[in-house]
Amino acid sequence: MTTTTANTRNSGSAGPPATQSAIRTEDLRKTYKSSRGDVEAVRGIDLDIPQGEFFGLLGPNGAGKSTTIGMLTTLVHPTGGRAWVAGHDVTREPVAVKRRIGVVTQNNTLDMQLTVAENLSFRSRFFGLPARVAARRADQLIDAFGLGDRRNAMADQLSGGQARRLLIARALVHKPDVLFLDEPTAGLDPQTRVNLWDILTVLHEQGQTILLTTHYMEEAEALCDRIAVMDHGKVLAEGSLDKLLTEAGAQTVITVRFEQQVPAGLAERAGLPGRPGVTKIEAEGDQLRVFSTDAEGLLGDLVSLAAANGLHIRDASSAKPSLETAFLALTGREYRE
Amino acid sequence: MATTIQPANIGTASGDDAQVSASIAALITDAPVPRPTLPKTFAAMMAREFRVLGRNAPSTFIRAVLQPLLFAFVFAYVLPKIGSGFSVAPSSAAGGDINFATILVPGLMGSMFLMQGMFGTTMPLIMEFSWQRTIEDRALAPVPIRVLAIQKITAGAIQAFIGAAIVFPVVYWVHAPGEGPHIHVSNWFLLAAVMVFAATLTASLGLWLGTVVDPRKIQMLFAVILLPITMLGCVYYPWSALHVIRWLQIVTLINPMVYMTEGLRAALTPSIGHMALWAIMLALVGGTAVFGYLGVRSFRNRVVG
Repeated sequence: MTTTTANTRNSGSAGPPATQSAIRTEDLRKTYKSSRGDVEAVRGIDLDIPQGEFFGLLGPNGAGKSTTIGMLTTLVHPTGGRAWVAGHDVTREPVAVKRRIGVVTQNNTLDMQLTVAENLSFRSRFFGLPARVAARRADQLIDAFGLGDRRNAMADQLSGGQARRLLIARALVHKPDVLFLDEPTAGLDPQTRVNLWDILTVLHEQGQTILLTTHYMEEAEALCDRIAVMDHGKVLAEGSLDKLLTEAGAQTVITVRFEQQVPAGLAERAGLPGRPGVTKIEAEGDQLRVFSTDAEGLLGDLVSLAAANGLHIRDASSAKPSLETAFLALTGREYRE
Repeated sequence: MATTIQPANIGTASGDDAQVSASIAALITDAPVPRPTLPKTFAAMMAREFRVLGRNAPSTFIRAVLQPLLFAFVFAYVLPKIGSGFSVAPSSAAGGDINFATILVPGLMGSMFLMQGMFGTTMPLIMEFSWQRTIEDRALAPVPIRVLAIQKITAGAIQAFIGAAIVFPVVYWVHAPGEGPHIHVSNWFLLAAVMVFAATLTASLGLWLGTVVDPRKIQMLFAVILLPITMLGCVYYPWSALHVIRWLQIVTLINPMVYMTEGLRAALTPSIGHMALWAIMLALVGGTAVFGYLGVRSFRNRVVG
């Protein structure tokens, strides 16, 4: 979360953003005016995403993720606050921003009148590459994304997974500083999805800054360095996965089963109730269950404890908290359209 | 965060997988450095239009040729043959020896301008704005949105120009013996100016319509716009002949097509009476400016939400 204070945001001549930020927003807002009442799609969000980070915007449908991406990619006009992408103001320097971003929209915006290769080569030429270089770049992208046998197919003849790969390839033609992906795996089969994760992981390893929106928990969990959970146009929580889980009070449950009954007072003697992070201890029959928000080293300590007390462990398990628990805790459980 | 995606998960051999990873990585490391400039991007967008036009050439050509062909066939061949040829515009000073084909050529060209302007600009635009919003593809090119709009007008104007020019050979070849049009170009500069501005006017009008018409009401475009403009656009008679229906003569002045057909009459068949040149050019240039402005503005509003 940015540390910029709110009172600097309205000083029209605010200086340029910190150069190391790939994306920065200050109280960014979007209200859609309509005759049936205004809709506040984004209600003041502050983000600061450094270069090279894989950042996830996670939220249910209608949370404001796509509107946020729209504003950062210059296709939606903010109604309040400011945003910089690759060091340029999205409202005042949209062309400079567009030069430095690659965008994979949620809908299939391939040029249906062109072939796969032409979609790539013309996009390269839009970004100023000479025709010959553009054709070479198209070949490179086609090979890397496994579209070789579809090279001359019209864009509307591609399967969902192929179209998605081509959309990502097209967003990369001009080596963008920041890659935006708006629900890139929505509607794809699991295999294609994992395949795309693999591609994104490699891109990230090469230092590509990526902002991804998703409502798939496991996607954010598998890919992102940092995650912001959004709902109702606001960021509810932001940080690394571990931080989010801790903040949401999500807990690891460690269960140890012994060969014999758990002796009374074992946990107390071992000082478990006072241990940082431990919230609950249950001893029942041959089982000891410890709930903790900080499970670091806990299982090992339980094993040593057993040995010290002459107990034999039959088995032990650790149930990691999932982002899903944290997500539901933050956004509530009501159903979304 | 560790990403634990094993090669097995994506169903490829590990050797292939390493290769794929390397080629993906190379996309970042071996990327050419783009240096976009406005002229380069504009030229690339025009190249894209011509590629699409070339691919659709057969259907584009049929669309462009069939209408003038049928018009010329019916009005310059069939009707004179069966003896119901139109009488000549009464106001015409040159009177008697002017056949209908002569009156029709400028009218046909005007109507082709409109047709091509609409088909070349409005229809693709409505498609691009509907459903998947493929317009976002071009909107993300590194130029201001208004440049994209101007590029659309340019591409539409070129199509309209070609579409109207096709009328010439058609009317020359298709007519009953002795019923060919009497065309005399005394001022090529005037002809070029009229054709260029007629083309830009229809394309600007096309851009504006394409951004304000609801895709679901596309049929209305034909019934409410295309048909009245064509029927009342002085295609089949010169504007001066309307003096006998004074109110209609005045009302049709709001029709942009009147100025195209009258301008072409001034350039091609000066022997037939035509509207004052200054009025024609003012309307063509002014109309381009007005519809161009409105079109670019509403295009921008549609693209940027």
